[in-house]
Amino acid sequence: METKKKIRVLIAKPGLDGHDKGAKIVALALRDAGMEVIYSGLHQTLEQIIQTATQEAVDVIGLSIMSGAHLPISKKLIAMMKTRGLEDVCLTVGGVIPYQDIPKLKEMGVCEVFPGGTSFEKITKGINSLC
Amino acid sequence: MIRLIEDNDPSAFEMLKLLYPYAGQSFIIGITGSPGVGKSTLIDALITQFRKLDMKVAVIAVDPTSPFSGGAILGDRLRMQRHATDEKVFIRSMASRGQKGGLSRATKDTVVVLSAMGYDIIIIETVGAGQAEFDISFLAHSIGIVSIPGTGDGIQAVKAGILEIGDIFIVNKSDRPDAEASVLELKMMLNMRRRPNTPEQTSNSFPNWTPRVLKTIAQNGTGVKELADTFLSHFDFMKQNGSIVQKKIELERLYFTSLIKDLTLEKILLFIKNSTDFKDAINKIVSGSMDPITCAEHLVNNLKVTHNLKVTGKKKLSGRINRHEEQEIKKLIETKHEPQNSSR
Repeated sequence: METKKKIRVLIAKPGLDGHDKGAKIVALALRDAGMEVIYSGLHQTLEQIIQTATQEAVDVIGLSIMSGAHLPISKKLIAMMKTRGLEDVCLTVGGVIPYQDIPKLKEMGVCEVFPGGTSFEKITKGINSLC
Repeated sequence: MIRLIEDNDPSAFEMLKLLYPYAGQSFIIGITGSPGVGKSTLIDALITQFRKLDMKVAVIAVDPTSPFSGGAILGDRLRMQRHATDEKVFIRSMASRGQKGGLSRATKDTVVVLSAMGYDIIIIETVGAGQAEFDISFLAHSIGIVSIPGTGDGIQAVKAGILEIGDIFIVNKSDRPDAEASVLELKMMLNMRRRPNTPEQTSNSFPNWTPRVLKTIAQNGTGVKELADTFLSHFDFMKQNGSIVQKKIELERLYFTSLIKDLTLEKILLFIKNSTDFKDAINKIVSGSMDPITCAEHLVNNLKVTHNLKVTGKKKLSGRINRHEEQEIKKLIETKHEPQNSSR
């Protein structure tokens, strides 16, 4: 029997923004890198994301945010992850993220930020190094 | 926990041992069918129905693993996301990880975990390959086969062999034209189907359950209540005529056989790979002095004669199992299992 840990990633789209092409493409890139990717679908509440991450036992949550609300969303989600026993799950954020916000996100506890334009190679490498 | 099972972690085995006594009370439903016929959407609607009856529902949705990258996109959950916050609904996606037959080997172990967690109903959705996932009949009490109107003629249904394993046939998207024709065709095929003689051939068809054909429109929930009721009545039916006990024996036998198979294979392979004969054989094959088939025959024949399967590698496995002993163990367990099960 082979014993191999596969990386499981949840790609989630929180809130109202309805553009998920980017999220889907990233999901495909991660799949091609040998990961198991769960895609949540559009318009997820943070509660849904937490539940999904718990039930699916993922290693990484990748939020795709283009609405500009990345700071409050990440902050709230990290707080929820802490109270719900998901401290060992890494949170990454992608989408439309201004560069000046990256340090703020990292300070909150976001493990990695992949703003629009990041290469797949960089994303998969980044996620691989987190797990 | 499920994660450990999937990753084939040795500690999962230990935990499963502890959980096993608590499992076995759930009703396990298998849903299968070609891609895009609406299995996930249908399950979503079924969850709603079962929740109305205040039952705890768990779903295992299996999606294919790419044979090239080993990665997978698990997208079934997407259609059931509205139940994500319901605490009595547990949805878990699994990748098939290269298992044929549409089910990952970890699926059965996961069923044990979920069953021990007290879920009344466990729905397993298989990879939508359509024609080869008989494996589901090794796991589920009741199997629903989903199809849609207007795909293929009767021949499709016969060659599939899937007719033999289905208990309930669902024509989804039945607002489309030709729905009636599909229902009729299915019913006709079902009337013609041959009853399997031995329970081992297929485990689902007890002579007196007549497979039903139902029409649904999963999108708006039409016919789903009837479907849920039919599943439950099938369960009651099996309980009443006692076939559920027989079914359980059979499922346990299959599960046990596959466990033994895995353990034996692992052990024997490890033994062979560590033997000098193995290295010699490789050398002979590479140098061209012998063909691989003869080599393999020699090796395996030798094994049968010597019978001393001591593992020389670093891994230590409990007990010595060879093919002969395996047979005996199987026999033993089978005879042991029957009285136990019937008393439950």
